[in-house]
Amino acid sequence: MSEKKKLEKALQEWEDRVLKKTLDHFPERRETFTTGSGMEIERLALPDGGDADRYTEKLGFPGTYPFTRGVQPTMYRGRFWTMRQYAGFGTAEESNQRYKYLLGQGQTGLSVAFDLPTQIGYDSDDPHSVGEVGKVGVAIDTLRDMEILFDGIPLDKVSTSMTINAPASVLLAFYIAVGEKQGVSRDQLRGTIQNDILKEYIARGTYIFPPKPSLRLITNIFAYCAKEVPQWNTISISGYHIREAGSSAAQEVAFTLADGIAYVKAALAAGQDVDTFAGRLSFFFNAHNDLLEEVAKFRAARRIWARVMKEQFGAKQQKSMMLRFHTQTGGSTLTAQQPDNNIVRVAIQTLAAVLGGTQSLHTNSRDEALGLPTEEAVRIALRTQQIVAHESGVANTIDPLAGSYFVESLTDRIEQQVNEYLAKIEEMGGMVQAIEKGYVQKEIQDSAYRYQREIESAEQVVVGVNKFQIQEEAPKDILKVDPALRELQSKKLAAVRAERDQSAVDAALAALRAAAKDTGINLMPHILEAAKRYASLGEICNVLRDEFGEYRESIIL
Amino acid sequence: MAKKIRILIGKPGLDGHDRGAKYIARALKDAGYEVVYTGIRQSPEAIARTAVQEDVDFVGLSLLSGAHNELFPEVIRQLKQEKADDIIVFGGGVIPDDDIPGLTAAGIEAVFTPGTPIKDVIAFIEANRERVESK
Repeated sequence: MSEKKKLEKALQEWEDRVLKKTLDHFPERRETFTTGSGMEIERLALPDGGDADRYTEKLGFPGTYPFTRGVQPTMYRGRFWTMRQYAGFGTAEESNQRYKYLLGQGQTGLSVAFDLPTQIGYDSDDPHSVGEVGKVGVAIDTLRDMEILFDGIPLDKVSTSMTINAPASVLLAFYIAVGEKQGVSRDQLRGTIQNDILKEYIARGTYIFPPKPSLRLITNIFAYCAKEVPQWNTISISGYHIREAGSSAAQEVAFTLADGIAYVKAALAAGQDVDTFAGRLSFFFNAHNDLLEEVAKFRAARRIWARVMKEQFGAKQQKSMMLRFHTQTGGSTLTAQQPDNNIVRVAIQTLAAVLGGTQSLHTNSRDEALGLPTEEAVRIALRTQQIVAHESGVANTIDPLAGSYFVESLTDRIEQQVNEYLAKIEEMGGMVQAIEKGYVQKEIQDSAYRYQREIESAEQVVVGVNKFQIQEEAPKDILKVDPALRELQSKKLAAVRAERDQSAVDAALAALRAAAKDTGINLMPHILEAAKRYASLGEICNVLRDEFGEYRESIIL
Repeated sequence: MAKKIRILIGKPGLDGHDRGAKYIARALKDAGYEVVYTGIRQSPEAIARTAVQEDVDFVGLSLLSGAHNELFPEVIRQLKQEKADDIIVFGGGVIPDDDIPGLTAAGIEAVFTPGTPIKDVIAFIEANRERVESK
């Protein structure tokens, strides 16, 4: 059989076995897709001859192993990625207004930003919280705040992503409890918790507990959700912050997948079967300006993860091998100088994410190097996605850059670099050890330092910063959070404490403490019980701090 | 021989964005200064204490979470309490221009916003060398 015939046969098989099923359930957005000037667009362009086996092995078909061309058979011809803007500031009331605004503007999913005290498990009235309440996200102390945050937003109609890590179990418990109050059962809840502690040690900093109990909390969530909240993405294994900290594209993928491998190993060690939890693992990557490298990065990440899950962990279900991911455009690429230029950067990064096959996307606002984004800036960022979706045409065919000599070669090279890192980390005894030794942090820091030196020497041009500068007026209209917020939030918390049934809270916290001492017990039901009794986030986390201790950063310079 | 200038780079508050702080620390080290870095999530008290223990001439504070108006002046207050208000304090991060006069009035002698080249930070330190050496 000629190579061309072989490929046609493989395509036919895919259409019969995979595509048809999808089309039967989820028809595409249109019956036919055409270019701007009316030429019909094929769903999936294929090589014209060449080595058919090599094609199938390395690229395959969308929705099939090794998923290089995407995780769904029809990709954006079926439906666009979820447009999901990370938002939250001030009080639950203010953030609730912003969510309703975003949903009204055509956003299709929510993404909650919590303030730093919430992310580190401190109540607003805790001394550690001075200056930080409501600043980088919304302040949540108890279930009461969460009820306000989702007031008028039916939880069976939206999917909600929550950027929460060390106390992810507590915020998930609050969310489940709000659902119950709205009459929405657990199995209808859709969303994601970030729940990725390893990258907090590496790059993001909102850790509380040491690795071992942290991994227990994470695997407890996997097991709990597999039974109780089956549509929930239990973790979003994140390269975003690793990249923001200054890593290269290949390092971003390598360290993220190494974190993922550590979570899979932890769940297996806790006795879970790989196919019961692996399908709910999701990922989160950055999109930077180097368009083609970013596209290659996303494609390589999918292929590597599929191989790891199948070959190393013996996953059997396709879903367990799929790397589904959220993307955010690169905050660290934005400049305070000539901030309107950031709109263009974000547009390029949006293209990178879409050409790379992302499942959801946050586009940054042009003013993020200056402060919190204003409503106008957020709207332009959302419009950027809508323009790429509806006007650019790139969403009308699947994986359009496949077969580009350059993109395929870059995909292969990133894959190779990542595999070298993975082997090295494995040799060091795994990712927890590599982090504790400071190896990962040092690799990232060296990349960051090199890059910054290149900017200093103008070897790397950043438009408006080290070239093409102008004299500018100081920017106006920067969104500010009321500094009196901590006091306001503390009063709300005091009111909740005064009206709740204190003996029920004490009993729930005592039960949680007892459960924490026994590593064989799943903590989720106990945390949920405390949450429903209006125990605060800080109270719950303090019980766990007592039992688990706190992580201390290893400083590497 | 010129005195070896000692600098503490500190991260007050809960913010974990340490790329800038680490870059500044390393670049100042490469420029010949003695540099100590506190790590993230330090209280203003802890930073002031470290500054005194390490006998530094400058403290550089980095914050990207928006808590600078509360936490930067608190470091100054703590240094005063430690009777170390001869230490020169500067800061950087995502800091709106509107906030700079207030920080200056509180005793933060320079604020470096995103995009500032390292040579500007070095120029600031060198401009204060005499003050430090005459202590």
